[in-house]
Amino acid sequence: MRLPRLYFAVAGSGFRRYATYRMATAAGVFTNTIFGFILAYTFIALWNERPQLGGYDQSQALTFVWIGQALLASAALMGGGFQDEFQERIRTGDVAIDLYRPIDLQMWWLASDLGRAAFHLVGRGVVPLVVGAFAFELALPGSLLVWALFLLSVFLGVVVSFALRYLFALCGFWLLDASGLGALSMLLSLFFSGMMLPLNVFPGALGEIVRWLPWAATLQVPADVLLGVRQGGAGIAGAFGFQSVWALVLLGCGRLLQKVATRRVVVQGG
Amino acid sequence: MTGEESVDDDGFIDVRELEKVFTVRRRSGFLRRTTSEVRAVDGISFAVPRGEMVGFIGPNGAGKSTTIKMLTGILTPSGGRLRVAGVDPWKERTQLVRRIGVVFGQRTTLWWDLPLRDSYALVKRMYRIPEARYRANLERCVELLELDGLLEVPVRQLSLGQRMRGDITAALLHDPDVLYLDEPTIGLDVISKARVREFLLNLNAEMGTTVLLTTHDLSDIEYLCKRVVVIDHGRLMYDGVLAGLHEVGSSERTLVVDLEREMPPIEGVHGARTVRTEGPRQWLAFPAAASAAPLVSQVAAGYPLVDLSIREPDIEDVIARMYAR
Amino acid sequence: MAEGVLARAAWGLRAYGFIVAMWVRSTMAYRASFAIMLAVSFATTFLDFAAIMIMFSHVEALGGFSLPEVAFLYGTSSVAFGLADLFLGQFERIGGRVRDGTMDLLLMRPVPVLVQVAADRFALRRLGRISQGAMVLTWSLFQLDVDWNVGSALMVLVMIVSGGCIFGCVFVLGGAFQFWAQDASEVQNAFTYGGTTLLQYPPTVFGKDLVRGVTFVVPLAFVNWMPALRLLGRDDPLGLPGWVDFASPAVALLCCVITGLVWRAGLRAYRSTGS
Repeated sequence: MRLPRLYFAVAGSGFRRYATYRMATAAGVFTNTIFGFILAYTFIALWNERPQLGGYDQSQALTFVWIGQALLASAALMGGGFQDEFQERIRTGDVAIDLYRPIDLQMWWLASDLGRAAFHLVGRGVVPLVVGAFAFELALPGSLLVWALFLLSVFLGVVVSFALRYLFALCGFWLLDASGLGALSMLLSLFFSGMMLPLNVFPGALGEIVRWLPWAATLQVPADVLLGVRQGGAGIAGAFGFQSVWALVLLGCGRLLQKVATRRVVVQGG
Repeated sequence: MTGEESVDDDGFIDVRELEKVFTVRRRSGFLRRTTSEVRAVDGISFAVPRGEMVGFIGPNGAGKSTTIKMLTGILTPSGGRLRVAGVDPWKERTQLVRRIGVVFGQRTTLWWDLPLRDSYALVKRMYRIPEARYRANLERCVELLELDGLLEVPVRQLSLGQRMRGDITAALLHDPDVLYLDEPTIGLDVISKARVREFLLNLNAEMGTTVLLTTHDLSDIEYLCKRVVVIDHGRLMYDGVLAGLHEVGSSERTLVVDLEREMPPIEGVHGARTVRTEGPRQWLAFPAAASAAPLVSQVAAGYPLVDLSIREPDIEDVIARMYAR
Repeated sequence: MAEGVLARAAWGLRAYGFIVAMWVRSTMAYRASFAIMLAVSFATTFLDFAAIMIMFSHVEALGGFSLPEVAFLYGTSSVAFGLADLFLGQFERIGGRVRDGTMDLLLMRPVPVLVQVAADRFALRRLGRISQGAMVLTWSLFQLDVDWNVGSALMVLVMIVSGGCIFGCVFVLGGAFQFWAQDASEVQNAFTYGGTTLLQYPPTVFGKDLVRGVTFVVPLAFVNWMPALRLLGRDDPLGLPGWVDFASPAVALLCCVITGLVWRAGLRAYRSTGS
């Protein structure tokens, strides 16, 4: 039972590290709130023209906006978190040192990122959602069970988000200037998570496809759990199943890619 | 004071009652904050004549780097008077920067992905160095610092020692009157260290460049500077010849020995005493002036010796001992 | 005195030029990576506009504005923002520079700090965003029912240049703010990225207070809203006098002056606290 304890400690230190940046947290909350207002107004205009668009009524659409802002930092929908640090270690070659440590590289970063996400959920998620709830009429559930299921879904979403960012960061082994990769991973995530527009608004075949992509697991699915769009035993099981399968598949891909990359480091001699 | 500022050769760097006070805000409750004053530099005075090489030492957080930052014009002094080459660094920073060169041991200013030569070409344009002077200075540095054949190599492929020599060159292309060196030999191997030191001696002797050196490596100072200035807690603790500092601090070197196994502290070695043990490793202190060879043979004769190394006296040790007396 | 200022400005621009050239060469050390990233950046910024296309697959008009009209707003906002981002995008790193001490290195060189920060990590791949915005803008110009003449063409050009200036000021102000609050780099995103998102939509979509805020407090409305409303023949939701539509260059100039003063104050504050 020593290893799990170690990873808990890593997660704890991830949490505390971000908790020390009070100013950064306040700045982030401010920015999330501003973005929330901008998006909320465009959604009002859209839903005024087309009530029930994508199966949401207007208050559900607005709730979606503020859930998005609340999860933006936690699920790292704009990238970041461990990604920059990990990429920097790859660039400088310090990652070679990490590979000799008696811990699993992927699990270590996952634990640390989960700690960060937990802090961001509290530190950067709560205030925008509360502000949104005061400024607009939101469709938030009264049932504690739904909130608990939502949190579980957020957890799975963060794991999927981590697995995706890990894959992008590993590409840094092959592309020496990886700064553009961050931008790519951010844009894909913003668009396909539903951050810009809920995925159920996407038309036709495009809509079918994006709802099955892994990014859907990071925001759209948790939001639908909270909005009660996915409910009942089958609905919830479907949501969690979708998230878990993507989490496992992507973490697996990450391990494979890491193995190939590691061989490269060893060959290059660091 | 007269309005006229002549550059006095004896007070090329002239610091009088220099002060820097920081206001530190601290959270003391949920919203309450208390402010307190920290006197990082608390009335320091010294003067450096043109062409002198001075070691500027003190523990971390002693006010050393704050003083250097004021000397280079980055920081505004809170009090006192300060002149470098006849110029008030804070008011005339942009003028002064053309006359000073700075090297940070832990921070390269060279362009990582470009050939070394490109970094120098940028320095030339930034400082608007005339072509002939640039070429002469570059040639001189390349020769003396043995950078031949490295000019076309991207900086990322250079070794630490090569990079340091590259950085020193970059700081000298514009013929600065004053050179500030911050830990210029940190992390270097013995050969690179020697090369850098020789170069600095030569620079000082031939070009008459005034050099201010901060370091943790006492041997740097021994080799390069006749005079040291020690700063601690924002105050000037010592200003004089290095030998004097040794007397004040009566420094010791340390023999670090690794034994085969954990053993009781080594005893009976003449001229040394065991100051610390940790598992199979033990530390023996002996006077800096004494030779280490007889000690080593004594230890080797009586104990299962695996490995050993000698630690030169650290600035911090010397200063710590100054207080102990 | 005036000559001194001109000479300083000319020197600053030249210095900016040669530092930028270093960064471009530095990027070219990884030619393959650069080519991939430019292509990727171009392809993916397209997703940004796709969200608006999707909205218009469901509705005819948003806030009373048609797709070409919104595309015009999107294009002008994106190009103006893209220019500012390309030329001055590095000011958000000031807090980091203060923390790791590299700010001091900039102060020890005979080139204005503002210029050095502006040129820092210059990235040509940001052209991806500008060209994508320009394409949307060009498309909208052909679709719009506007009487094009020299005057209106000039107005679009002036709008983009002044818009770029205003966004540029926001970048520099955000950077200067970090001299006082090093960890607050994200506040600036609310005004830069938030600003360009806001301006991509018609002002009629937003609450009047929000429109007032970006007109009188942070004058982003002058980037494109005000002149665009005139070009598109629309009423200004705030009912301001007509000349306001032409005020963008003056507002941009005012922004530059204020920004210059704040930047100086920020640098002075840094030099007195050193942290």
